[in-house]
Amino acid sequence: MPDPPTTPPRDRRRRWNRALDFFFHWGTAAVAASLVALFLTEILFLTQQSWPTITRYGFGFITGSVWNPNPPTPVFGAWPYIVGTLLTSSLAMLLAVPLSLGVAVFLSEEAPGWLRAPLGSLVELLVAVPSVVYGLWGIFVLEPIMRFTIEPDLHATLGQVPGLGGAFSGPSAGGDVLTASVVLAIMIVPTVTAISRESMRAVPEAQREAALSLGATRWETTRLGVIPYARSGIIGACILGLGRALGETMAVTMTIGNSNHVPGSLFLPGQTIASAIANEFNNSFSPLERAGLIEAGLVLLIITVLVNVAARLLVRGLFRTDAGGATVE
Amino acid sequence: MEGSQAAPTPAEPASLASASSPAQVARGKLRLEALSAFYGPKKAIDSVSLDFPANTVTAIIGPSGCGKSTLIRCLNRMHEVTPRATVTGRATLDGEDLYEMDATAVRRRIGMVFQKPNPFPTMSVYDNVAAGLKLNGVRNRARLDEAVIRSLKGAALWDEVKENIHGPGVRLSGGQQQRLCIARALAVEPEVLLMDEPCSALDPIATAKIEQLIRTLKEKYTVIIVTHNMQQAARVAELTAFLYLGKLIEFGPTGDMFERPKEKLTEEYITGRFG
Repeated sequence: MPDPPTTPPRDRRRRWNRALDFFFHWGTAAVAASLVALFLTEILFLTQQSWPTITRYGFGFITGSVWNPNPPTPVFGAWPYIVGTLLTSSLAMLLAVPLSLGVAVFLSEEAPGWLRAPLGSLVELLVAVPSVVYGLWGIFVLEPIMRFTIEPDLHATLGQVPGLGGAFSGPSAGGDVLTASVVLAIMIVPTVTAISRESMRAVPEAQREAALSLGATRWETTRLGVIPYARSGIIGACILGLGRALGETMAVTMTIGNSNHVPGSLFLPGQTIASAIANEFNNSFSPLERAGLIEAGLVLLIITVLVNVAARLLVRGLFRTDAGGATVE
Repeated sequence: MEGSQAAPTPAEPASLASASSPAQVARGKLRLEALSAFYGPKKAIDSVSLDFPANTVTAIIGPSGCGKSTLIRCLNRMHEVTPRATVTGRATLDGEDLYEMDATAVRRRIGMVFQKPNPFPTMSVYDNVAAGLKLNGVRNRARLDEAVIRSLKGAALWDEVKENIHGPGVRLSGGQQQRLCIARALAVEPEVLLMDEPCSALDPIATAKIEQLIRTLKEKYTVIIVTHNMQQAARVAELTAFLYLGKLIEFGPTGDMFERPKEKLTEEYITGRFG
C-alpha cells in the first residue's frame, strides 16, 4: 500500500472537515429541495383528486354561484366562497395593517425601555393563541357588539354614503362577513406587529441619527430613517399576515355565519373557501362533492400563490429606484 | 492645574480669540462652559470649557475612549438621545444656550456628519440632499433644486453625480456617500458643521478629497472635527484640542500643539508613547 500505516492527525482532521462540508452542502440542498417537492406533490395531489369536477365543470366551478351536491343534478360553483375569501382577507388587512404598524412603531421607537420587553413578549404570545379561541371570543363577545352596536352605527354613518352605502346596509346578522373580518384582523395583528417590530429593531442607529441630525422630530425620524429601511421586513410581515387571513379556517367558520351565497352586504353571512371546506367535508357523501371540495382547496392554494406574487410585484413596482433597505453596504 | 488651559474656570473659557484673527472673532461662535457629560452615573466628559471660533476648523484629538465623540455629540444635543445620558454645564451658540433651545432647532443650526456614511438607503441622491429641507417644509421645486445643486457643489460631489442625480444614493462609493452626507448636512444651511471621524471608514484617496473639502468649508461654516488621526488634524485644522480621559488637556493653534506642546501628556500622545 502506498499509504503510510498511520495518517498524521492533521490530515485526518482536514479530510473529516472536507467530508462534513460535503454533507453540509448536500444536506441543506436536500432539505431545500424537499420543500419544493412537497409543494409540487401537494398541487399534484389536489389536481388528481379534484379531476372529476375539473373535467366536468371546467371554469364553471369558479364562476358558478350555486353549490348543490344533491342528486339528480349536482352543481358546484365556488364563486361565493372565492368572493368571501378575498373580501374577508382584504377587509382584515385594511383594519390590521395600520394598527399593526402603529403598535410596532410604538414598541420599537416610542415605548419606554421597561415596557418594550414585556409588551413585545405579549405580542409574540398572541401570535400563538389557537384560532379556535379567537373564534369563541368572536362568537360570544364580538358578535353581540357587532350586531347591536357597531353595525347599526356603521349603517347610520357609512351606510348613508352614496356608492358605499350598499355594503353597510341590511339587517345585522352578527355572524357575518364584517364580524369574521374583524376577528381575522385581530388574529393577524400580532403576526404583522411582531415581524414589523423585529425589522424596525434591526435598523442601525446610524439611520436614526442621520435623521435626528437634520433636525427631525421623533415621528420624522421614524418616517425618514426607520420605516424606509425596515420596509422589506414590514412588507414581508404583511404578506405573512395576508397568508394567514386567506387560509384561516376555524375562527372564520365560527363567525362568518356560513351562507353559500355571495353576500349582498358586509352585514350578511357568507362563506370562505376554507370555511366551506371545513363545513362541508364531513357531510360530503358523494365522491363528486368530495372532489369539488378538494378543487376548492386547489383554488385557495392558487389564490394564495397569486396574491403573494401580486403583492411582491406591486412592491417592486412601487419602489423601483432603490437598492433595497436591508442590503446596504 | 488651575489657571492653566487644562482646566480653565467656567468664568474664563479657554479663549483663543488672540490665536486666530482677533477682529473677526472676539468670542467663540460656539462656547462650552464647564460642560460635563454622563452615561448614567459614569462621567465621560469632565468639565470642559472651550471656545470654537467662527469660520475656523477645530480638531478634537485624543486616544480611543477619551470622550471625543461624546463631546461633539453634546454640541448638537445628540448625546441625550442615548438612554440615561445627561449633560451639565453650559453650551452656547452666539450666546444662546443650546440646552434651553428646542433640540430640533439646535440640530438645524448645527449639522453633523458621522463616522460611517449613512445615506437614506431608499432615497435617490437628490432626495437624500433634500431630506432636511423637506423636513423644514420646503416644497418649492425650484428652491429645492437650487439647494440640492448648491449643496452637492459645496460637498464637491456635483461633478460626479450630476448625470445620475435621481439614482440611488447607496450606489455611490464610500467616499462619495460620505460627501453625500456632507451635502445633506449643508443643505439646511447650518452655521456649524460637526464631523465625527468622517474619514475613518474611507480609503486614502477618498480621505484626501474630504480633507480638501473641509479646508474650503470653513469659509462659510464653523467646522469641528473629531479625529483619531493626528496627521489629519495637522492637515485640516487651525486649532486643536487634546482630550484625555474626558478632560481637556490642551487647546491651541495646531502648529504650536504639535511642535511645542505645553503639557507633558500632550507631548507623550503626539510622539506616540500612548494612545
